Amino acid sequence: MAIIFTTKGDMDESLLEKREGVIDNAREHTKWVEYWHENVLVHRSVHVTIKEGAVWAAPELAQFG
Amino acid sequence: MGQLLTGTHNFGTGVVRATTTADTFYAALFLASATINANTTAYTGTVGSSAMAGEVSGTNYTPGGVAISSWNAPTATNSSATAGVAFTTPTASLTYTNVSLTSSFDAVLIFNNTQGSVGNRPAVSVHTFGAQTVTAGTFTLTMPGNSTTTALLRLATT
Repeated sequence: MAIIFTTKGDMDESLLEKREGVIDNAREHTKWVEYWHENVLVHRSVHVTIKEGAVWAAPELAQFG
Repeated sequence: MGQLLTGTHNFGTGVVRATTTADTFYAALFLASATINANTTAYTGTVGSSAMAGEVSGTNYTPGGVAISSWNAPTATNSSATAGVAFTTPTASLTYTNVSLTSSFDAVLIFNNTQGSVGNRPAVSVHTFGAQTVTAGTFTLTMPGNSTTTALLRLATT
């Protein structure tokens, strides 16, 4: 079993309740994982993938070709 | 336009560059309650010592966030004689390791920690996502693909 870094120190994963979730929309794909111990949240990690960055568009420049 | 991303052209009062190497950029996280957006022109904290208003705080998080280790070489493509896109993206994910950020946050500010001055570092961009918290865990921001349509930073004419 894996060792999980928690608010109570390193703990064996088998001692913890694992909860996971996914958010997916046009802007991001996000996965989160939580570990609970005796009904207390002791670990939460999040992985966000940005699907599209920022763009500075300058259509007015086109007229200068 | 790719030359604009490397500071080749200066049409006004610019900065003195001692070297040709890339500037150093950081990625700071901001609370969902903070006002940070396209109007944010500077990071007003100090990397490593004092946070900007609205920036997250918590175990193992350092003001200013994490350094962006490197960027893809700025690239420019022209779709016509008058239209094109210059773009670049960090080469690796941004990782905040073993942090506890218990107040929800939903934005990352990319800023230039080479230019400007301490307490007034020029902002590059703000990127938002669904509000999150982290508890004794790792927050990872994976970058979009480095292309004309998805790159983290794009300068476009149409």
